[in-house]
Formats: sequence, C-alpha cells, structure tokens
Amino acid sequence: MAVELDVFVGNTTIMDEEVYQLWLDGYTVNDAVRARMEGGVLDEFDATADVLLSDTMDQYRTFQMCERLLHSPAKLANQLLFQIPPHRQTMLIERYYAFDDVFVREVLGKKLSKGTKKDLDDISAKTGVTLKSCRRQFDNFKRIFKVVEELKGPLVENIRQHFLLSDKLARDYAAIVFFANNRFETGKKKLQYITFQDFAFCAGQLINNWTVGAVGEGLWLLPLANMDVDLDKEFLQELKELKVLITDKDLLDQHKSLVCTALRGKTKAFNEMEANFKNLSRGLVNIATKLTNTKDVRDFFIDLVEKFIEPCRSDRWTAADVKLYLTHYTNSAHILDTFKHQVVWDRYMGVIKSCIFKMYHD
Amino acid sequence: MPGKLKAKIVAGRHLPVMDRASDLTDAFVEVKFGNTTFKTDVCPKSLNPQWNSEWFKFEVDDEDLQDEPLQITVLDHDTYSANDAIGKVYIDIDPLLCTEAASIISGWFPIYDTIHGIRGEINVLVKVELFNDLNRFRQSSCGVKFFCTTSIPYSYRAVMVHGFVEELVVNEDPEYQWIDRIRTPRASNEARQRLISLMSGELQRKIGLKVLEMGGNAVVGYLQCFDLEGESGLVVRAIGTACTLEKFSSGSASITCPHPSTAPPSNACNSPKDGKELVFGEELPLSSGPPTPFRALPSSSSSPPPFSPSKPCSRQSSSSDTDLSLTPKTGMGSGGSAGKEAGPLKTLLRQQTQTTLEQREFPFFTLTSFPPGFLVHVGGVVSARSVKLLDRIHNPDEPETRDAWWEEIRQEIKSHAKALGCHAVVGYSENTSICEEVCILSASGTAAILNPRYMREGCLDVGSIDHRFDDPSPPNCGFCHIPYDELNMPFPAQLAYCYQCRRQKVPDVLFTTIDLPAEAAVTGKGCLIQARLCRLKKKAQGEVNATAISNLLPFMEYELHTQLMNKLKLRSMNALFGLHIQISVGENMLLGLASATGVYLTALPAPGGIQIAGKTPGDLNNEQHVAAIQKRINDAIAKNKELYQINPPELTDEGVGSPIPEPRQRSRIFRSHSESSDELSELDLSHGKKDAFVLEIDDTDAVEDIHSLLTDAPPPAGFHSCSTETMPGIYNWTSGIQMFTSVRVLRLNNTNLTNQGLNKIFTDLCENLLKSFYFKLRSTVPCCLCHLNFTVAVPEEELVQVSVTAVAMTFDKDQNQEKPPEKATTKGGSETEDQLQFPLELSADSSSTSPQPSKISVSSLEHCSPLPEGRSRSLCSSRSFGVGSVTMVKMTPLSFLPGTRIIKYLGIINMFFIRETTSLREEGGVSGFLHSFIAEVFAMVRAHVAALGGNAVVSYSMKDCVLMENPNKNQAQCLINVSGDAVICVRETDQEQTTNTGQTCGTIDGAT
Repeated sequence: MAVELDVFVGNTTIMDEEVYQLWLDGYTVNDAVRARMEGGVLDEFDATADVLLSDTMDQYRTFQMCERLLHSPAKLANQLLFQIPPHRQTMLIERYYAFDDVFVREVLGKKLSKGTKKDLDDISAKTGVTLKSCRRQFDNFKRIFKVVEELKGPLVENIRQHFLLSDKLARDYAAIVFFANNRFETGKKKLQYITFQDFAFCAGQLINNWTVGAVGEGLWLLPLANMDVDLDKEFLQELKELKVLITDKDLLDQHKSLVCTALRGKTKAFNEMEANFKNLSRGLVNIATKLTNTKDVRDFFIDLVEKFIEPCRSDRWTAADVKLYLTHYTNSAHILDTFKHQVVWDRYMGVIKSCIFKMYHD
Repeated sequence: MPGKLKAKIVAGRHLPVMDRASDLTDAFVEVKFGNTTFKTDVCPKSLNPQWNSEWFKFEVDDEDLQDEPLQITVLDHDTYSANDAIGKVYIDIDPLLCTEAASIISGWFPIYDTIHGIRGEINVLVKVELFNDLNRFRQSSCGVKFFCTTSIPYSYRAVMVHGFVEELVVNEDPEYQWIDRIRTPRASNEARQRLISLMSGELQRKIGLKVLEMGGNAVVGYLQCFDLEGESGLVVRAIGTACTLEKFSSGSASITCPHPSTAPPSNACNSPKDGKELVFGEELPLSSGPPTPFRALPSSSSSPPPFSPSKPCSRQSSSSDTDLSLTPKTGMGSGGSAGKEAGPLKTLLRQQTQTTLEQREFPFFTLTSFPPGFLVHVGGVVSARSVKLLDRIHNPDEPETRDAWWEEIRQEIKSHAKALGCHAVVGYSENTSICEEVCILSASGTAAILNPRYMREGCLDVGSIDHRFDDPSPPNCGFCHIPYDELNMPFPAQLAYCYQCRRQKVPDVLFTTIDLPAEAAVTGKGCLIQARLCRLKKKAQGEVNATAISNLLPFMEYELHTQLMNKLKLRSMNALFGLHIQISVGENMLLGLASATGVYLTALPAPGGIQIAGKTPGDLNNEQHVAAIQKRINDAIAKNKELYQINPPELTDEGVGSPIPEPRQRSRIFRSHSESSDELSELDLSHGKKDAFVLEIDDTDAVEDIHSLLTDAPPPAGFHSCSTETMPGIYNWTSGIQMFTSVRVLRLNNTNLTNQGLNKIFTDLCENLLKSFYFKLRSTVPCCLCHLNFTVAVPEEELVQVSVTAVAMTFDKDQNQEKPPEKATTKGGSETEDQLQFPLELSADSSSTSPQPSKISVSSLEHCSPLPEGRSRSLCSSRSFGVGSVTMVKMTPLSFLPGTRIIKYLGIINMFFIRETTSLREEGGVSGFLHSFIAEVFAMVRAHVAALGGNAVVSYSMKDCVLMENPNKNQAQCLINVSGDAVICVRETDQEQTTNTGQTCGTIDGAT
C-alpha cells in the first residue's frame, strides 16, 4: 500500500512561512520534515510524521511552481494561477531575494559568470550554506544585475520597482550590482574582517557621490545607460588634480601644520599622527589619482586598508582618533590658499571619510 | 430571437516564447463562434502583444448562443510552416443572455492548452445584443436563470416552485472515435472539451425550455453531470428545480420579512419512520426482490388523526396532504408489491390526486434548504440504485435507453416516498459510477411533505397566506413530526411525543439529505459522521458482473447504515443531515462512503447508549471482554457529550415526552417482510436500557464495527467539521474562508487483501485526509470545515481515489449560544429593505464595479478576520499594491459567504477541462501534474468570474476529477468538471458606502 498521489490545493494559496524558509535554505523534503519535527510542530498540534510529509510535499510543489514567477516579481502580482494576498506576495518576494551575508561576502565583487557559478560548491562547503540555496542567491544576483544593467535611472529605485523589494534589500542589491560591475576586490585576506554590511554601506556612498547619476538631475536626460553603476569618469579624471597636495612640498607642509595645530592636545595619538601625516596623506591622494585605471578601482578597498587603516591600527588609533584626524585633514585643505580643487576634494574625501569610518573596526 | 455577439481582443501578456531563436512570439488570435471565424493581425515579436482589434461581430440564432461557446485561439504566426497553437479560451456567453445577470464579459483569461496548461493571458471583451422575438415555437430558452445553489438564491423570492426538471443528451466520445487514432492528443482533447461544452449548452437550453413550458423563469439547484461511458459514449445529464423567482421589490420584501409563520400544522397522518428504512428499501431492478412492503391502508386512516382536530387549520391542508399521502398507498397496496410498475401507478395517481404537485410526474426537488414554511414534515432518506450494462448508444438523437433507466429509478424513489407517507422528495440528487461496461445509477433524496402554497397557482400572495396559517405549534419542530400513520407504520420504529411541542409524534432517529432547516432547534454542536466500507468482489464480465454487484449492494447499504447509526449513537446524537451515500465500483471491489452531519435535534428523544451483548453469556472470559468494550463505549459517549456540548434539558418520563406505550420495535432486519406487527415484535432486541442500541459481538463483523467505531478521532481542539452548509450550533461566522480541493490516491500492492484489511485501509485513508486538513489549516482556528464533500473512485484495479472539496470558515470563539435572530430570516431567503437601495446599474457594468469596499471597510475587515486572506480581499487594497490588478475571487461550496451579502448573481459557471502530459516525471509526477492542474482550474474559474464582474463563486463544486496515469509511459491525463454561481457580494457593513464607491469605481474602470 503506497500513496500514489497526494495533493491539497487551496483557492487562496496556502503557504507556511517556516516551510518556505526551509525550502529557500535548500532543505530536501525529508530534511525539512525532520527540521519541522525538531521544531516542535507536532507537539503543538497532534499530528503524525505522515501528515507533516504530505504537507511539506504540497508546499514544496507550490513553491516550485511559484519560483518561475518569483524570477520576475512583477508577474506575481498580475498572474492568475495563484491567488496570493498582496502582503503574502511581498513576503514571498522579500524572502526569495533575501541572502546570507556569509555567502554574498564570498562572491562580492566577483564576475557573475558561469565560472563563478562553478565555484559555488566550494563556497557552499566553506560557508555551510546549501548548494541549492547558493545557486538561488547567485542566480538572484545575476538576474538583478542583468535587468538593471540595461535600465536608466537611479539604481536602487530601479531594483525596487522591478523586483518589488523593500528599500533595505534594494540597497543591498544595488551594492552587489555595483561591486560586481566594478569588480572590486573583496576576497583578499586583509579584507576578510570587513562584513558585507560594511561594503554595502561603502557602495551606497560611492553610488551616491561618485557616479554620474549622483551629480544632478540634469544628467538624467543624458542617454547614459549605467548612470549609477559606473563611476563618473570625468570626476575620476579631476581626481588627478589632487596630486598637488603631495607633490607640492610647500602645500604638503602647510597642510600638515594646519592639521597638527588643530589636533594638538585633542588626542593621545597625536605624536603618531604627526609622524605619519605625510605617509597617510600620500596614501589617500595616491588612491585618488590612480582611480582612472580600472585595475586600481578594483583595488580601492584593499588600498584603503593597506595605505590608511593598517598604519593607523598599528599605531593603535581609536575610531574616534581616525574620525578626528580625517575631519581635520579634510577641512584643513580648504584653508590652503593655493589649493584650488575644493569641490573635487570634498566629493572625494566625503566618501573616503565615511568608508574608512565604516571599515575601521576589528 | 436572433442576436448579435460582439467580441474584441485587446491584448495578451506573459505569452510563452514560441520562437527559440528570438526568444519571442509573433502572436495572433482567431475568434470563432459556430462556423464563423475572425482573425486579428499578427503582433510581431512580443510576449505582451497589444492587438486592440476591431469588434468582431457574429450574427447568430439565440439557440446557437446558448449552445456554443465563444472559442478564442491564440497562435504563433510562422511564415514557413504551420502556425503553432499557443492555447485556447472558451467563453460561455450564457450569462450575457439573461438581463439580470452580467451585461459584459471583460477581463484577462488564462490561455489554456491541454498539453502545456496555462500559457499566458489574454484580455477580451464580449457583448451580446438580443433582439426581441415572440416566436412561440422557439427552440431557445434565453433568459431562464440557472443557479447551482440548492436554496432560493439571496435577494430573490420564490413566487412558485414548479418542481423537477431533467434532461440528458448523449453523444459519441471523441476519444473513442476512429479518427482518434490518427490525430494528436491535443486535437482529441480539444474535440472533447468542445463537444462537452456544446452538449452542456444544449442541455441547459433544453432544460430552460422545459422551465418555460412550466411557466417558470429559473432553475435552482441545477446539477449537471457527465458520464464517461467509454466505448459506449458520453452522457451529459442534468437535474434541477424549476421555480418562478422574483427579485425583491420594496413591497414584497416588507411582507416576507416578518418571520413568516411556518407550515400549516397539517394534520399529518402520523406514522413512525426512521429514515433508515428507506435506505434499505432500495430496490435493484436487476434483482427481483419485492420493494419496500407497505400495507394497504384501511380507508379509515384517511380520517383525521385523533389529535389533529384540536388544530384550527388542519382541515385546510388535510384536503391535500392526507389524500396525497394515502391514496397512493391504497393504490399500490392493491397492486401488491408491484410498486415500481409505473403504468398503473401513474394512472391511479392521475385519477386520485388533485394538487398540482401530484400531477407532476416526479415531485422531486433538488433544493436542500427552503424558505421558512416550505417544508412541513420530513419522512426520511429514500434512495434507489440500479446496476446496468452499458452498450453503445446507437442514435445520439434518441437517448431513450438512458432516459428509461433514470425514469425507472425515479419511479422507485417516488414509491419509497409514498411508503413514508410523503408526497415529495427534497434534497434529491443522482449520480453514477462506471467501471468498464458496468454502471451503477443511484438516486437519493429525503421524503417530505411540503407546503402546497408554493406549488399552486394563485397562491402567490404570500402576505395573506401568512395570516391564514397562524400556526399554534412552535415553528421549529414541525419538520421532525412524522408524516406517516403511526398505527400503520411502514417499518418498525420507536415514536415519542415531540420534545418541543409535546403534541405530535417524532421518530427516535431522523436521517435526511437536506441541510438543517434554519428554524430547527439543536442542542449542542454537530459533527461530521462518516461510514466507510470496502467489499471485494470477483472480477467478472458482463451480466455475471452486474449480478454480482447488484447482489452486493444491499449488504453494503445495510452495513453503511449500521455504521452511521452506531457512530451517531456514539456521539449521542439523533439526526443526520446532508447525508450522501456514494457507492463506487471497481474491477475487483466496491467502495461505499456515507457522509453526513450528525446533530442532536431538541425535538427528538435522547438517544440511548450502545449496549454490547456477548454471544455466549455464560463464558466468563467473554463477559469480561464484553464489559471492557462496554466501558470503552460508555466512556466514549460521555466524552462526546462533553465535546459536542450535548446537554439536553432533562425531561421527566411522566411528561408528554415519554415514549408512546406501544411495543418497542427494534430490528436489525429492516427489510420487514410481513404484515403482522406481532412478528415484528419478535425481533425486538432492546433489552435492558429502554432504548439502548444493541450490538452483538457474535462475529468478526461486529468486532470490526466496534473497532471502527472507536477509531474515529474527534477533530483537534478548535476545529469542527460537517458535511452540510454550516455547522449546527455555530452561528457567528467571521469572514475568513479558505476553500480547498484535495485528492489522494492509494495503491494497494497487497494482492490478497481481505475485506477487513481493505476496510481498515480505506478508513485510514479518509481519517488521514481529515487529519491532514486540520494540520494544514491549523493557523485558522477556531474554524469549521464545512460542506466536506468526499468523492471516492476506483480508477484502476488497485487504486483507490478520494477527492475532497470543502471550505474552512472561521468563527468567533466567544460566541453566544443563541443564534442571532436575523440569521434565520436571511437564510430563509428573505431580505431586508436596504437591499433595494442598490440600483441595478451600479453592478451592471464592468469587471470590478461594485464589490469595492472603501478604505474604512478594509480596516474593519482586518479587525474582524483572523485569516490573512480576509485582510486583502478588497479590490482597493489589491489595487493599491504596485501593479497588482488581479481581483481576488473567493470560492466556496456554500451558498453564501459569511459576513457578506450577495447583491447579484451573474450566471452559472460550468467548466470542463482536460489536461494531458507526456512528460509526467518532469512535471513532478502525478502529484505535481494534478496539483498544477487543480490550481489552473481554480485560476480559470476565478478569471471567468472576474470577467463577469464578480468577486466570488458560491455553491462551487468539483463534480468530476477523473485521473488516468501511465507512469511507465511517462503519461497522465485528467478531466475535471467544476460548477458554481458567479456572484457579486459586498460586506454586510458596507451597504451604505457601496452605492458611492460603486459609481466612482465604475468611472475608473471606464477610463482604464
């Protein structure tokens, strides 16, 4: 005696959030049943394992049928096959596009290509996220990347509208797309301590300040495809002008003395700051001037760590020290009378400052 | 009256990719009606084509309008090879032919392909212009309204109930035509879908004609079925109840509203009855046993019963009722047991009866609930089955054989009703079970005496009648009173004075196929009661097979009945409502499943316990065993009393309610065969407790019975279940509903199964299904699974299939036990006046006009509905959500939606789909295949309802779900037939706002 067929279909599609999560996490039906039993569903409700298996199978089938629609969430709202109340649709989409920080951390900045997809089993083994779940997350990245690649307008807004995601999730995806597009290196050992949320914050800063879309509304009319995805080339060119801050000896000294005057007595690390000023300044300005090279753009974060964060850390600066230092470092440049590139400087340092604040932790 | 049908193809969306090279589709549309076809332009390279076609106009006869569906085919244009079909949409335009239903069909329809399922959607507009025609010889019946609902639809009033209408049409099944060998599965499926659509259109038209002949304007309780007879053909048959309905107008509404007094007391020749009899009184045409015996009644019994003179108005109805119930008996008595010979009977009837009801060939009603006062007395269940051998239908135009078969069965039902002293059968239904060339035809209903005022011409003035029939007896027990003569009971039963009015006699147990009358008083809550049974039979062919089956049938009925009775007693209840017994035939077994809602009717005596009797009283061991079982049973009864809150008021035996002092007759042999009551009393098994139900555990059967009795698990806390529309004892429904369909198929691998083993498997199957439902719906508690409709089938030799459609409805836990008084009036079909404040035109137009609650109502809705579904039901909220533009369509097998009021019926939904696959594994096996098919069927029903402008389907049912699979070939095919009434409903609290919102929304819709 065997159950040959067993289905349960509701007019309003019945979905259990717990089972959905298990499905998303890549559990097989049997594993899901086991997990649910351990979760105590059976204790709350007097039922047998058979009932649980049957329910799990039904739900898994439903999710599988829904998956196609979830690939273009707008369809979910006007398809006719499943009657799902709007707030449930929102839940389905939001959860489907949710990802594990540990996983995304592994692929952040990598090319979303077949090659990377092949490495997913390694990533799965390393992160403990099931391969199935890895694939879903990776495909989500790729899908969103492909769609917004061809769209005009603000990146976050595009993602939110096309995939009906929450603001937070849309911002995270914008970061992923931005990182993938610019291929920022994030995998080096030195960068391991930086979480995805740190990077996402930095990406937000870059998108909001260093891309074409960031400049002003007038540019919206330009027939540029990836306003939010690509860095503003013109701006990158202008960054070269900052070189004067380190090449002009007078300017460098003047800058140093202004900063030191302002800092004196305000921090225990003053001596180290004073000693390291030229090194650090050179580091930051060099990063700026090299950003016209794609290769150096990729190394942006590693450069920040190597040229600034690491030296500071070895001198045991506190986060407050870093903040204090960078604030005065940025502001003092305005007082330099021969330094004419205030706008570019602010645009550059604004982002650098907030990125470093975010990244300066253990 | 010819008409002009106009169709416009607006756009498509989510089309499948038909050209692999470009990942796009060059779609165009063919619109076909009858033999005329129009085409749209090709919309190149788009998955979301905008055709915006002209209006295609078809000038057609209304006969065709009724029969034919509008057929829309979406194709992919291919320059070099044949165009590929993407899929089809069949639109039944019947709802447009009725002025009171929908006026336009407009909306997105799923494009359906029998091989690939739903492939995108298409937006279509359809209108009909009818020209008036007074041709009296017309073949069409446009304008007759059809309702699946088995009660008088809300917002209508039954001016007159004309009675039974039936029709059947037959044809060759395209699947079995020679051409099927050379055409593709798709072509064959489509031919079949189209044929069935045509046949049901034709059937509906013919039924409509009959209704017009009778002077009616509507069919209520319309029940259409398909018999797939394989080689021998395809039968589409339908039954219904012809009525003259009237939309409430201010005048009539105010008259009907005040609690219409129930039923004339109707003298009633009281005789005992118990329902159960009838179940067994069934007669197999192939067997030659005598029908239920009745004795010729002495003419004296037609004089008023001793206590009736006390009633002021008994005479009035006695002229009709008494005669009615007695004359046939006399007639048949003289005819001996030849009751089913229709000829003499009919002549006799014609001679001796006066009322219109009696002149009808079949005084049957497919209704299961009635306007107050319609139902006077209920006798009990009557049923008949017959086993037939199918042969090829030679001439489709003359379906006489099938007609004759049904005629025979109906005659039998009618004679059973007579035997119960009843002149009518209510809650009537028919069904078949086919295996190879053997077919079991079944019919069942509830014998009843009806108030003739609904049946007679010239008695339409409801108001005045109400004054005439001021009934002294409490209205809520009348239907329980026995309709037959207590001195000449057609079978043995225990009678007692009604526990409510204490005047009339009532049986100790009452079985019916109808819903619990709204006015009935019930103690405690009800519950689902099921009897399940499997019987093995030898494989055989032809006549031998048919004989074997018909020999088994009576035993199955008997055992099912015993099970029902035991389970009823175990729950301390005394009546069954909504009883449905299905017997399904397979090659090597018969399956029987009886479902009903058990209740404790306050008017009926308290059921005695169940007493276990050992076979050999001397044996000590045995006695201990018996005592142990007895204890378990007593415990179970006590527990159930508590569970279902059955605490009837204690009545003293000295009161009028005491049992009638006459020999108590308790018999396990219901097929009584003698005239003498002395003989019957010999079979009296009731010893010990006065009315205990005795079970003798003298054989394995009984042990098994007791076992199965005790294995039925009660629903978990917070759940209730019933097979009727609503649960007796629960009145404060909240608006959360979840309709579902579940199908389970078991493969019996074990080849040497015994009857017992099989029974166990079958019982477990049903019980496990119920457990599954409770588990899945656990988040909706407290809730009740209503209208649990189980269908069993034996699709292949070792397969057992059970399909269930039901609705889970939430209710307020802190309910007061009293039912709200207004509920009764609403249920009875009377409406309050504010109903009339809705101008027709507000709902007359467009897809989503009226049912839009305003913002305020959305919040109130959230407040009261624990179900997530309820929260977002309103169109407004779904609209506001991004691109979402899909109307939420609620579906329910019930005739109403709790918390809402139906303001308009848009027409009947009757759809038939075939789905086939040659890649079963890829679709997730049979479960995956059926799961998506059922979801697709729901989607198509919802889409059609939304296109008619509706937001709900009531009285939804899945009448067929025939699954054939061949996993080795990776193939499966499934046929599903569903029906229901498309309606517009509004939340009861939104009444006032609707007028405004309706209008504003109307303009919005116009703009989009």
